[in-house]
Order: sequence, then structure tokens, then C-alpha cells
Amino acid sequence: MAEERRFRSASGAPIALRRRQHSACCRELAVRGPRLQLRSLSAATSAVWLAAYGLFALSQNSMVLSAAIFITLIGLIVYLHFVKIDQESLLVIGSLGIQVTSSYASGKESTTFIEMGRVKDVVINEAIHMQKVIYYLCILLQDPEDPQGVSEVVPLFQSSKPRLDCLIEVYKSCQDILEQRKTAPQSS
Amino acid sequence: MVLKVFFPSCCSSADSGILIGRWISEQNSAVILAVVHFPFIPVQVKQYLGELQRVTKVSVSVLGSWSNSKQEKEESLSEFLEDLGTIFCHEPWIQISKEGDSKFWSCSTLQKHSKNPQEEEIILVYYDQRKVMLSHLHPPLDTAGPRAEDASKLSAIFDTVARSQVLFMTDRYDEGPIKLTHWQSDGVEASIIVELMKQASVPACMLLTFLLSLLSGICRSRLLKFWPLSFLWSKLSTCEQLGHRLQHLQVISSNKKAQTQNQLMRKANIFVSLLIDVALGILLMSWLYRKNRIGHLADTLIPVADHVAEELQDLLQWLMGAPAGLKMNRALDQVLGRFFLYHIHLWISYIHLLSPFIEMILWYVGLSACLGLTVALCILSDIIALLTFHIYCFYVYGARLYCLKIYGLSSLWRLFRGKKWNVLRQRVDSCSYDLDQLFIGTLLFTILLFLLPTTALYYLVFTLLRLLVVIVQGLIHLLVDLIDSLPLYSLILRLCRSYRLAAGVKFRVLEQQDGKPLRLLMQINPLSYAGVVQTYRLPTYSCYPRDSWASLCKKLFLGELIYPWKHKGEKQN
Repeated sequence: MAEERRFRSASGAPIALRRRQHSACCRELAVRGPRLQLRSLSAATSAVWLAAYGLFALSQNSMVLSAAIFITLIGLIVYLHFVKIDQESLLVIGSLGIQVTSSYASGKESTTFIEMGRVKDVVINEAIHMQKVIYYLCILLQDPEDPQGVSEVVPLFQSSKPRLDCLIEVYKSCQDILEQRKTAPQSS
Repeated sequence: MVLKVFFPSCCSSADSGILIGRWISEQNSAVILAVVHFPFIPVQVKQYLGELQRVTKVSVSVLGSWSNSKQEKEESLSEFLEDLGTIFCHEPWIQISKEGDSKFWSCSTLQKHSKNPQEEEIILVYYDQRKVMLSHLHPPLDTAGPRAEDASKLSAIFDTVARSQVLFMTDRYDEGPIKLTHWQSDGVEASIIVELMKQASVPACMLLTFLLSLLSGICRSRLLKFWPLSFLWSKLSTCEQLGHRLQHLQVISSNKKAQTQNQLMRKANIFVSLLIDVALGILLMSWLYRKNRIGHLADTLIPVADHVAEELQDLLQWLMGAPAGLKMNRALDQVLGRFFLYHIHLWISYIHLLSPFIEMILWYVGLSACLGLTVALCILSDIIALLTFHIYCFYVYGARLYCLKIYGLSSLWRLFRGKKWNVLRQRVDSCSYDLDQLFIGTLLFTILLFLLPTTALYYLVFTLLRLLVVIVQGLIHLLVDLIDSLPLYSLILRLCRSYRLAAGVKFRVLEQQDGKPLRLLMQINPLSYAGVVQTYRLPTYSCYPRDSWASLCKKLFLGELIYPWKHKGEKQN
């Protein structure tokens, strides 16, 4: 069963949270950011080409124009493949682990899977980002030597930066599943 | 607690039978390795599993039953399968059944001796057996250590499949009593080329080892240990590079088989790196010798050396005049300038003496480019060092003069203030001087102070020239290091067979149906390119800067000689 709700990110952009329950111990939470706008794309392209025409008018060298086209194409490809994240999702499978996926605009997906044995807890933390204080969700990893210690903090939803209301929904869903591993009896 | 069943995707269309694999009780998961088909004799199956356990050291056992019925579900078959649970007693007995072509299988467990008979959830994880078997899991770099290995559940699964290679050697054309289905049951694959290379590699390795032992015997002979030659070998970077490559060849040609994955990858990386190096070297050589380019190079070498010498002469004439409007001490200026000019004159004469032989020497030296591109680059760096030897000499003269002056000035400055350097206590102590000592000291101090700008200028100019040469040589060595240490085989493997180098796994949720177990697909998450380079970098005799910036500046200021690059094998002075 899937449901989708609209929220806002920390900078005010509209984002959508989609929750799917695949089974009693498996939940998928996906945050989708705004798509690439045609407006901003045309603005950037026109700015680059106007600058190129200006340089061409000054220097009368046609290499400037072809260089501008080349730069625009390469820049767009690099932006879509390495920078623009469309969707960030969290797949929590009880007793297996947590999988964090970022899908880029070009279709590339980068995935990290953290085993349940390494996960200590999922918490909402505060951070100072530029001139603001924002909330973010993070996974605390267990330190193998020290059972009370935390060896690493993995922040989630870094590019969409949802606000606290969205984070609370995600937090509650995760904790539902994480609690199961505490109540389930350990097999001998 | 949740039960996880790892099912190989190649067995999805297998006929009915029983499931064999490994049960990992601490994780409550079952890794299924193969399906044994009817008809079989239970005793023979148990015997086979016992033998397998002995050979692979993996505790393989019968885990459950698999029924693939093309028609409607038969009641008698399901009872028969349950009865099998009593013969091969295993807790819990897993029963998976597939009807027709349906994607959604039903999976249930039979617990006879369970304390709390509750319905536990089952997760069905499909995995590609061949890829998991061939893959090598790289743990995250921060969790390296013995404790972390226990915590990783995935490595247990990868380990189980990798160590059961013997199980996958029996295919369905074998005449044994057991009929299995796994990824290789349609026939064991082999490649003729790989087999031929394996056969050919043994005598090739032996020949190579013999040749290398001869070569290293010659290198270590007493003949080459005499003072001028040994000094020359240590200074030339070509010899270091050749020694490094010799070491690599020894690693490849050793008879011992690689024990761990790391050793195997290192051998493969060294082999591919050597191959590409030699190929590029031969390419360079063919380019140089075509159209007699090397002859042209030799012809332009002398004019270039002449040109450099002329530029230096112009520079010295400029310094002897009023450089940049600064006023020099005329006499000292003339002395130093004439001294260096005479030096350049000597150098030019020697170069002109050598000029008839340059072409021949260069022709033969260029042939050694076939040993590799790195050797050619090292030779280039050495040629630059030899051609700019006079700049090095000037730098040393200028530095020594300047250093002497600075030490003299500092000690006489102490005399000015009535202090002395106590060598025993390594500190500055007060001291009472006689009048004539003070007089001479002050006189010398004044002389040295007023001659300082001239010496300092010469020192500055020659240090800058020397630093320029050092930077050019450093860049060449950086390139050589890059070619030496890049793990090309690992990078190509990551490009073409990315499942072999795994950083982890990723799960994809397949279509679900209510009432049926959760279906997941486990795929291999390959290591990133940066991770590959970091893990499999070949060690080099790297030249990294010996001094930090602060100490380098201090040495320059005091006039101490600088040797900016430190090699790993050098003793500390």
C-alpha cells in the first residue's frame, strides 16, 4: 500500500514523501524533490550563449562559439549525472538492514546498504547549515569495540532537506521496524 | 524472529526435490546452494554431504523441500515432502512450493521442537549464484579488524557460496547417484585459452626465474661495487626504476600460488602494468626511430646545450653590470662573474668534445626505451640532470659561499654583542673579548655585511634556476610514479566485470502478493573507482618531499644545500 503526502524542504521548495509498506517488516520511504525546471535551464543556457556572443563580437574568433556550445552540453550532462538528485529513498528491512538510495536526474542510482547489526539507532538531529539551524535524520552506527559508543553518523536526505514534520513521519516509520528487533526473541 | 531464505535464481525452474545448503543459526538465515532431485537414496545423500563437508569445511546439510508442480497442487506429494522432514531432521524444515508459472511462491516452516509455536515471517531473497561465488567482498575501510568480521552477515553468505565451488563441479551429465541443480548444472564451463595459458605459465615462470637469478647475480657481483660505479648507480634514477621493475618481475615469476585475493590482484596488476609499460615503450621507440627522429634529436641536443650556456653567459654579464638597478660591489662582482664564466667555458668545451659521439650514444640509449615507458622517462630525467649539471655546480658554489657568509655574520654579530656560542652546552654564553679581537671582529663584520648583497643575489639567481630544474625532474618522476602504481587490472575488472569487486549488496523489492513471503532481489553493489585505486595501489619507491615548506624556507634562507625529494630506501642523514 502506498501513500503520498506533500511537504516543504528547509529552503521552501515543495517535496513529496511516498510511503510504501511491502510487508510487516519491510517499509520504503521515498522523498522526491522538484524536477529540473525548463525556466532555469533556458535562463542558464541563454546567459552562457549571450556571454559567448559578446566575446565573439569582441574577438571575432569563432572558436568561442563552438567552445560555448561544448561547455553547455558537457555542463548539462555533468549536472544531470553528478549533481541533481531527483529522489532519495530509504528501504528498511527488519533483521536485514537499511538501504539508502539516491537517484540522479540522468537515471544513475547510488546505493548504500547498512546491515542491521551495525545500526544502533535512527534519530533526528540538529545541525547548523550556512546561516540556519536545520533538522536532519541520521543513522547511528554501532562501534564494534564499545557497545555504548557510536562509531559513525550517516545523514539521510541530504539534498532534499525535508522539514521537521516530514522527518517525524519518516522517523516513526523507521522506529516501528527497529523496535521489532528488540522485542523479537533471539534464536539460540 | 524473521527467517531469511537465500534462494539461487538459477533454481527457480528446477524440478521438485530437496534443498541443500547452509543454515546460519545466529542470523536465522538459510543459504540454499542446490536442489537434489528425485529419485535419491537418503543414505547416499547423507554420505555425499558428509564428504562435501570434509572437503569444503562448510557445514552443508539438507534444509528443506522444494516442489515445482506444473499442474494443480498434489496432496500426496506434500505429505511425502513432509515425511522427508523426518528422515533428514533439520530444525526448521523449510518447504517452498511453486505452482505452475506463478511468481509468488508459498513458503512455510515446520518446527517440531519449537518452544513458542508462532507464525514467523519469511523473507525470500533471490541471488545470482555465479556472481556471488566469483565476487570478493571489500569491507568498509573503517571497520577493518577481526571483531568486525563477526558482525558482518553478508560476508558469511559470500563465504559460503565461494567455498562451495566443489559442489558446483558436478553437472547433470555426471553418472553419480545424486542429481543436482545449481548454476553450473547444465555443464561446467571452461575456456581453452585460460587452460592453455595455465599450462604454459609454469615453464615460462621457471625460465623467467632462472634469467632473473642470473641477472641479480650479475648486479650483485663485486665488479659493480667499486666506488665510482656504485655512486653513479645510486644517483641515476634509471637504475632505481630498473631495480624496481626487476623486483616486480621476481614477484610475478615466483612459483608460489597466490594465497589471498589481495596477493592475486597484486600479481595481476603488476603483470598488466608491466605489459602496458613495455607496449607504450615499444610504441615510443618505433616513433623515435622512424624517419630517424632520434638522429634529429641528437643533432638538436648540442645547439640546445649551447643555447643554454649562452643564456647563462648573458645572465652573468647582466649580474656583473647593474642588475635590476641594484648597485653591486664591483670587485667581488667581477671575481664571481669571471669565475662562473670560465666554468661555463669549460663546460662548453667538454660538450663540444663529446659532440661526435652524442648521436651514437643517444641511438643506443634510445633502444632501452623498449624496457618500458617509465624507463624512457627516467632516462629523460637523467639526461636533463646531466645537461644542467653546470647549473647544479653553480648552485652549490653560490650556496656554500652564501652559507659561509651567513655563518660568519652570525658569529661576528654575537661577538659584537659580547657573546659566544658554547659548543659543549649548545647555547649562547657571554664572553669577554680582548680589544684587538673586538677590532678585527668588527672590521670583518663590516666587510662581510657590505659584501652580502652581491653574494645573496648570485645565490638567489642560481637557487631559482636549480629549483626550476628540480621541479621539471619532479614532474617527470610524478608521472613515472603514476604509471608504476596505477592498478590497471583492477580498474579494467571494475569496468568489465564489476560484480567481482563488491563494496556491498543492494536489495530490490520485487512484486508482492498478500499472504506470500516478502520477495527481494539481492544484487552486488560494485566498489567505486576511487575505492578500487585506494585498495589496490601498488607500492612504489615514492619520491615525496622530504621537508615541510617551513623547513625548506629556513634551509634556503641559511644557504644549506637542499635535496627536495627523498627516496624510500635512503638513509636519513
